[in-house]
Amino acid sequence: MAEEVLGREAASGLVKQLRETFGSGKSRSLEWRESQLKSLLKFVTDCEQDIIDALLSDLSKPPFESVVHEDINATTVRFKRCPTLTIKERALIAMLKNSCKLALKELKRWMAPEKAKTSITTFPSSAEIVSEPFGVVLIISAWNYPFLLSLDPVVGAIAAGNAVVLKPSEVSPASSSLLAKLLTEYLDTSCVRVVEGAVAETTALLQQKWDKICYTGNGRVGRIVMEAAAKHLTPVLLELGGKSPVVVDSGINLQVATRRIIAGKWGCNNGQACISPDYIITTKDFAPKLVDSLKEELEKFYGKNPLESKDLSRIVNSNHFARLTKLLDDEKVSGKIIHGGEKNQADLKFAPTILLDVPRDSLIMSEEIFGPLLPIITVDKVEESFDIINSGTKPLAAYLFTSNEKLKKQFVLTVSAGGVVVNDTSIHLAVETLPFGGVGESGMGAYHGKFSFDAFSHKKAVFYRSFVGDAAIRYPPYTKGKLRLLKALIGGSIWGIIRALFGRS
Amino acid sequence: MIISSSSMEAVEESLGEARKTFSSGKTRSVEWRKKQLRALIELIHDNEENIFKALHDDLGKHPTEAYRDEVGVVLRSLDTALSSIEKWVAPKKSSVPLLFFPAKGEVLPEPLGAILIFSSWNFPFSLALDPLIGAISAGNTVILKPSDQAPACSSLLANTIPLYLDCNAIKVIEGGPETSERLLQLKWDKIFFTGSPRVGQLVMFAAAKHLTPVVLELGGKCPTILDSLSNPRDFKVAVKRIVGGKWGPCSGQACIGIDYLLVEEKSASTLIELLKKIIGRFYGENPRESKSMARIVNKHHFARLHNLIKDPRVAASIVHGGTLDEDSLFVEPTILLDPPLDAEIMTEEIFGPFLPIITLKNIEESIEFVNSRPKPLAIYAFTKDETLKRRIISETSSGSVTFNDVMIQFLCDTLPFGGVDQSGFGRYHGKYSFDTFSHEKAVMQGSFFPEIEPRYPPWTLFKIKFIRLAYRLDYFRLVLLLLGLKR
Repeated sequence: MAEEVLGREAASGLVKQLRETFGSGKSRSLEWRESQLKSLLKFVTDCEQDIIDALLSDLSKPPFESVVHEDINATTVRFKRCPTLTIKERALIAMLKNSCKLALKELKRWMAPEKAKTSITTFPSSAEIVSEPFGVVLIISAWNYPFLLSLDPVVGAIAAGNAVVLKPSEVSPASSSLLAKLLTEYLDTSCVRVVEGAVAETTALLQQKWDKICYTGNGRVGRIVMEAAAKHLTPVLLELGGKSPVVVDSGINLQVATRRIIAGKWGCNNGQACISPDYIITTKDFAPKLVDSLKEELEKFYGKNPLESKDLSRIVNSNHFARLTKLLDDEKVSGKIIHGGEKNQADLKFAPTILLDVPRDSLIMSEEIFGPLLPIITVDKVEESFDIINSGTKPLAAYLFTSNEKLKKQFVLTVSAGGVVVNDTSIHLAVETLPFGGVGESGMGAYHGKFSFDAFSHKKAVFYRSFVGDAAIRYPPYTKGKLRLLKALIGGSIWGIIRALFGRS
Repeated sequence: MIISSSSMEAVEESLGEARKTFSSGKTRSVEWRKKQLRALIELIHDNEENIFKALHDDLGKHPTEAYRDEVGVVLRSLDTALSSIEKWVAPKKSSVPLLFFPAKGEVLPEPLGAILIFSSWNFPFSLALDPLIGAISAGNTVILKPSDQAPACSSLLANTIPLYLDCNAIKVIEGGPETSERLLQLKWDKIFFTGSPRVGQLVMFAAAKHLTPVVLELGGKCPTILDSLSNPRDFKVAVKRIVGGKWGPCSGQACIGIDYLLVEEKSASTLIELLKKIIGRFYGENPRESKSMARIVNKHHFARLHNLIKDPRVAASIVHGGTLDEDSLFVEPTILLDPPLDAEIMTEEIFGPFLPIITLKNIEESIEFVNSRPKPLAIYAFTKDETLKRRIISETSSGSVTFNDVMIQFLCDTLPFGGVDQSGFGRYHGKYSFDTFSHEKAVMQGSFFPEIEPRYPPWTLFKIKFIRLAYRLDYFRLVLLLLGLKR
C-alpha cells in the first residue's frame, strides 16, 4: 500500500533523481537493458503465484483451489475447474514473458542504426537513423489488466533505454501494491520506480516534465494527461477504448463465430477489456439465429446459472457495478433484454446479458459499455453497418464475421479503427508483429513488440558529409546561372546538370 | 498588406465541407492523390515568377535562395511522393504465429480524415506545401493556415491553390491569431504545426480537448561544433559552409539554421578572420546593398533582434558587423565573441543574423555545453575525429546530427525530419510524411477453420496445458499433447 501521498515536491525530487541517473548514461548501455529485461522476466516467473493472488483479490473472489499452480505436469493432480481469471491471466503472463523474451532476442537488432539512402544532390554523403532513449518516461496503467498493461509498456521503455516511473491503477490495489513492493526488488531502482496512488499522486506526477507519457485508460483522463503534457511539450501515447463493433454476416459457420464472440466478450474479463466487442450489428433476418446460437453456447460455457460460474470474472467495484446497472435501467433499454440481466450486488457478479434492437440514441449505445452487456443492432443489409460504425467515434477494434470476400475487403478498407479482425475477436492483441493502438477517440500511438521499442525511442537523423564536393552554387552571391544549375541538381537529372554546367538550358 | 481574419462560420463551413468530401471516399483513391500532386507541380511551374516575387516581398529572398530553400525542396518532395505513392499505400504483411494459422496479418495505412496545417513565415512556401504533400499522399483532406506574417505568400497560396487543387478537399484559410484560435476550437484528425514552442504548447493544449494527435515542428538553439581541422583546406570548406548555413537561409531566420558556434580558444582568431573574408566574398563590401541576403521579416522581429545586442555586455562582444537599418529591415551579418552565457542572446533562440562564437579550452567540452541546454532541432559538427563523432551521436540528443555540413539533412528525404523535447515531436519528409498523416491499422484475417477448442470455457487442465504451450509457441509438445502422448 502507498506509504504516503506523493506531493508535488516529492514527485519533482523523484524525477530529478531519475534524470540524473539517465544523464549518467547508465540506462543506455545494452548490458543494462538486457539485465533489466532479464530481471523483469525473472520477476514474472518467480512471482507468478503472487501475481495471480493479487489479480484474484482485485478482480475475482478470494483465492481459489491451489490446483493450478501445482506442478502442472504431475499426472496425479486432482483437477478442479479453475476460475477464468487464473487461466486468462496465466495466458497474459505468458504474453508478458513473450514480450520480454522477444525484446531480449531482438534488442541488438532494434538498437542498431538504420542506414538511409542519400541522393546525388548531396553526394558524397551517408546517412543513418539512430534510436535514442527519450529520457525519463511516465507510464500510467489501467486496472482491468493491471500487470500486462503496466509491464508491457515498461518492457518497451526499458528496451529503448529510458528511466521509468510506473503508476499502476489504484482501482486494483493488490496488484498495485505488489508491483510497488516486489518489482523494485528485481529492477534497478535508480532508473525504474513504481509510484502508487490515486488522483492526487497522478496530478503531482503530471505536473512534472517527462520525456514521454504512456497512459492506458479512458478518454476523459486521456485529455487531462495530454493537456498536462502540452505544458512541457511532452509527446504522449494514449491507449484508450471505444465501442468496438462486431458485424455478423449471414452464411457463416455460426457456431464458431458465436464462440469467438463469447470468448472475446465475456471471456475477456467479463467484457471489461478495451478490445472487447461492445455491440453487434447484424441483419434483421439473421438476428434470431444469432441470438439462439449465443444463448446455446453461453449455457455450454457458463452453465444454466452464470452467476455461479467460476469461469466468469466479477465486476471490478461497486462504482462500475452501479454504472452498468444504470445502463440497463434506462427506460429505452430495459425492455430490450432478451437474455441474462441477472446480477448480484453483494459479490459484484453480473450475468452475460444480450439486448436486441436498442435505440441508437440510448446511453448504452453512446458510451463504452466495458462490461457484460451486449446490445445487438439490426439492419436490413449488412453493408449498412459500415455507415453506422463510421458515423460514431473511431473504436479501438472492429470485428467482422463473414465468408464474403468482397465484404471483407470493403470492411477492411472503409471501417476506421485501431485494428481490424476478420472472423475472430481480440486475437490481434497477441500478435507482436502488429502495432497495437487506437485512432481518434481510441487513442494515439501504438506499441507491442518492435513497436514498443519505437514508441519509446527518438529516431535521430544522422548525416555524414565529407569536406569534398563543395558546389559553389550553394553560396552567394546568387546569379541566374546558379539558379539554372540548382534547378537541374534538385531535379536530380544528370543531363540537366551537364546542360546547366555548359550554360544551356 | 494585411490579411483579414476568417469568421467562425467560414471556418466551420470549410471543415464541414472537407469532412463531407472525406466521407465520400474520394480522397482515398490513389488517382485522386496523384492528380492533386501533379496539380501542385503545375501550380509551381505556372506561378514560379509570382512565387519568387512573393518571397522577395515578404523576406527579400533572392530567386536562387528561394529556389534552393523553397521551390526546389517542394518539387523534390512532389517527385518523391509521385514516384513512391503506390509503394507507400500498399499494406505491409506481418508474420503471424503458426498457432493462428491460416490467419493473415498486415498493417494497412489509412488516411486520418481532416488535417489542419499551420505553417510559419520564414519558409512560407516550403513549410506550407511540404506537409501538404504528405497529407495529400496519405489521402486526407486538408485545411492550410499560412502565417499572416508572410502576407504575400499567404495570399498567393490562398489565390492559387483553389485554382489547381480539388477545392472541396483542400482549402486555404488566411488570418492571424484570432483565425488560429477559431480553427483550434474545432475537432481535427491531426494538427501539424511549425513555429515556436510557446504557440506549440497552445496548439497541443487545444488538441487535447479533442484527443487530436499533433506534430510540432519547433526550433531551438542549434549549435555548430567546429573542431580544429589540421588541413587548412578543410577548415576553409567548413567555414564556407558555416557562413552559407548561418546567413544563407533567410538570414538566419531558420529553425535548423546555425545558432552559435563552439570552437577551441586557439582557433578563434583564425576563424573570425576567415569568417569575415568569406562574408565579404558572399555579400560584398557593403552587405546592405547585396541582393543575396534576405531581410528581417517585420518590425517586431527587427526590434527583438535589436534588443538582443543592446545589452552592453553583449554589444562589447561584437567583433564584426552590428549595423541595423530599420527602414530596410536589414541586419548585417554579425559575429560576437564570447558574449555572456546568461545574456538573452545565449538563452533564447536567435533566429536572425547574429553568430555568437563560444570558445572552449578543449572541443570535447562542447558535449557538456550542448547537454546543459534544451535539446536542439539540429547539431552540426565539423570534425574528422571519429571518437568525437561517436560521442556526439551517443551522448547528446537532438532532432538530427549532421557532420561536416549544415542544413543539408533537410534535403535528404530518406531521413526523418523532426525535433525532440523543446524542438518538437513527430517527423516528416518523404515516406515519413506519408506515415505522419496515416493511421497504421492492424488487420488480421482469420477463417472459421480450424477451431481451437482450448480457447473456450469451461476450463480444464488440458486446456491450461494447451494454452501454456501455445503461448510458448512450443509446437512439438503441443502435438504430443493433442495426440495424448504427453500429460
